[in-house]
Amino acid sequence: MRHIISLLMENEAGALSRVAGLFSARGYNIESLSVAPTEDPTLSRMTLATTGSEAVVEQIIKQLNKLIEVVKLIDLSDEGYVERELMLVKLRAVDEEREEIKRLVDIFRGNIIDVTNKIYTIELTGTQSKLDGFLQAIDRNLILEIARTGVSGLGRGERILKL
Amino acid sequence: MSTELTGAEITIRCLQEEGVNHIFGYPGGAVLFLYDELFKQDKIKHILVRHEQAAVHAADGYARSSNQVGVALVTSGPGVTNAVTGIATAFMDSIPLVIISGQVPTAAIGQDAFQEVDTVGITRPCVKHNFLVKDVTELAATIKKAFYIASTGRPGPVLVDIPKDVTQQKAEFNYPASVSLRSYNPVVTGDMQQIKQAMQMILKAKRPMIYFGGGVILDNAAAELTEFVKMLNFPCTSTLMGLGGYPSTDRQFVGMLGMHGTYEANMAMQYCDVLIAIGARFDDRVIGNPKHFCNEERKIIHIDIDPSSISKRVEVDIPIVGSVTAVLNELNMLLKASRETIDSGVLSKWWEQVELWRARDCLKYDRAASIIKPQMVVEKLYEITNGDAFITSDVGQHQMWAAQFYKFDKPRRWINSGGLGTMGFGLPAAMGVQLANPGSMVACITGEASIQMCIQELSTCKQHDLPVKIINLNNRYMGMVRQWQEFFHGNRYAESYVDALPDFVKLAESYGHVGMRIDKPGDVEGALKEAFELSDRLVFIDFITDQTENVFPMVPGGKGLSEMILV
Repeated sequence: MRHIISLLMENEAGALSRVAGLFSARGYNIESLSVAPTEDPTLSRMTLATTGSEAVVEQIIKQLNKLIEVVKLIDLSDEGYVERELMLVKLRAVDEEREEIKRLVDIFRGNIIDVTNKIYTIELTGTQSKLDGFLQAIDRNLILEIARTGVSGLGRGERILKL
Repeated sequence: MSTELTGAEITIRCLQEEGVNHIFGYPGGAVLFLYDELFKQDKIKHILVRHEQAAVHAADGYARSSNQVGVALVTSGPGVTNAVTGIATAFMDSIPLVIISGQVPTAAIGQDAFQEVDTVGITRPCVKHNFLVKDVTELAATIKKAFYIASTGRPGPVLVDIPKDVTQQKAEFNYPASVSLRSYNPVVTGDMQQIKQAMQMILKAKRPMIYFGGGVILDNAAAELTEFVKMLNFPCTSTLMGLGGYPSTDRQFVGMLGMHGTYEANMAMQYCDVLIAIGARFDDRVIGNPKHFCNEERKIIHIDIDPSSISKRVEVDIPIVGSVTAVLNELNMLLKASRETIDSGVLSKWWEQVELWRARDCLKYDRAASIIKPQMVVEKLYEITNGDAFITSDVGQHQMWAAQFYKFDKPRRWINSGGLGTMGFGLPAAMGVQLANPGSMVACITGEASIQMCIQELSTCKQHDLPVKIINLNNRYMGMVRQWQEFFHGNRYAESYVDALPDFVKLAESYGHVGMRIDKPGDVEGALKEAFELSDRLVFIDFITDQTENVFPMVPGGKGLSEMILV
């Protein structure tokens, strides 16, 4: 099952590689990983999407908690949560394709943020599956380049990860 | 005007504040300022080893035998890469160490400088934590944190990498009295609800079994464990790392369990109905294949300070996270206060079964043989030292015979590399043990292959007059490799025969030690006695033993505990 683990860690050099190293050393799967400082400059927040059996995810959480830099951690997917990912897609857009792409981008509530006479660059945010859905809807031959941020997420309502 | 100290002075002052008496190391370019400061003081004695691996093993043996944090000092680049085997060894067995490594000057980091290596990167997977100190003002606090992290919670090695220029720069010296890390707060006290549940389960057990490991030794919980086991009158078994946590000569102890554990211990593990695991982690060498282990229906209570050790390999019914000492104390108090008691009739039936298994006498060997049997050497060593020596071992058959035939009644007397299985550990570890316990009997049980991996330390032993007794069980084979080749590779002894062995007697003599070669069973006892009578000399006894002897019982890899090969 897919799990989204959210953690607060000391904003120190090398902390990220400790997490990444933990996954590679123990053979865990990282689907995506995004990290940035928080409103407290001494803390970074990391969102980690992974898949595995309940036992594996339990071990992942225990091992992450063992890292000295990890201050607090929750498995967002335990309860309600919202997730978003940002994707930038560069598409070949000429002739009648231009209108069709524009319509599709509107349906997915994306924005065209850069235009040349042959190319559209599109910004899309949403859940991972929505972004995957957009890529499936578009003719693969048109895709020139993709950059995705990886999942970021927050617990719903009162569920807050904070010190 | 405030007095400022250099980074090198600060480092040494920190070590003094921590009460460090011995430090094991090897100088080099990046640590010269540190060595200069060591030279100027006499509170900390530096032990010069002959290879950095040995520095860490020696600090490790020091820590294991004394319950203090062991300290090693190595230079940058090859100094620290040599130390990695020692660090990984300590990490696998949760030994508290602080390793100080030199690093190239901060300006040179990342420039592929001479003797530069990404120390923090290389050691990251095999330390509890590590630091690169880039600012001299953070040095003292970092060293304080290193000692704190190394010695609390589940202990482990912590490395502090110090660039050369940081050892030259000056800062005011303030050694913090205490450390508080918001992200590191090991749980010591076990959850009371869980402990009460565990007690109910214990009281209702029909076929109980207690299984304890290195956590009991590390947490100094031998007295609490002994009280617990005695009060319940349950059978108990130990992992390789737990030996000495409960008196091995006591009736309730059924021997070590696992791959080379006793028949009675393994059968009781497999067929008990309630298993109480204490400071042990269900290692593959302990329970064999977890699938086979979990075939049997039994309830498991697991006490461990490290939550990630619980339900890692086998599903546990009652997890108790906490220090072994604290949890056992709670359990002991509850048991004493409890109105319910164990059904002694049911328990005595279980003991009857255990005694039947014990009657197999699975550790028997040919005592009348005309060639020296390695088991007999260990038994004689036990008799002559009254079971009171510190025993270090290397890795292989001799290690298992040492574990099976030397009866450890006290904790911290059995010093071996259990988790990583590091050949070359025994001799340097013995140096650390001897320095931490001057005047005590220290013997290194080794083999001709293992001893050669760090044999250069005979030189260190000479320099510091360490009267270690080296018991070399010489069968001219990497015995354990040969044993596996016999069992699983059709007797094809690929590269396991050790050809061109040195004359160990002459070798020992060339370093200034006493050497003996013994090849008759009748001479074993006399040689050992003579060796221990030479109480101020290192004696290297090369016992020429039976080449064909194997370690039994044996649970082959991938099998269950009840699928033992017996003699």
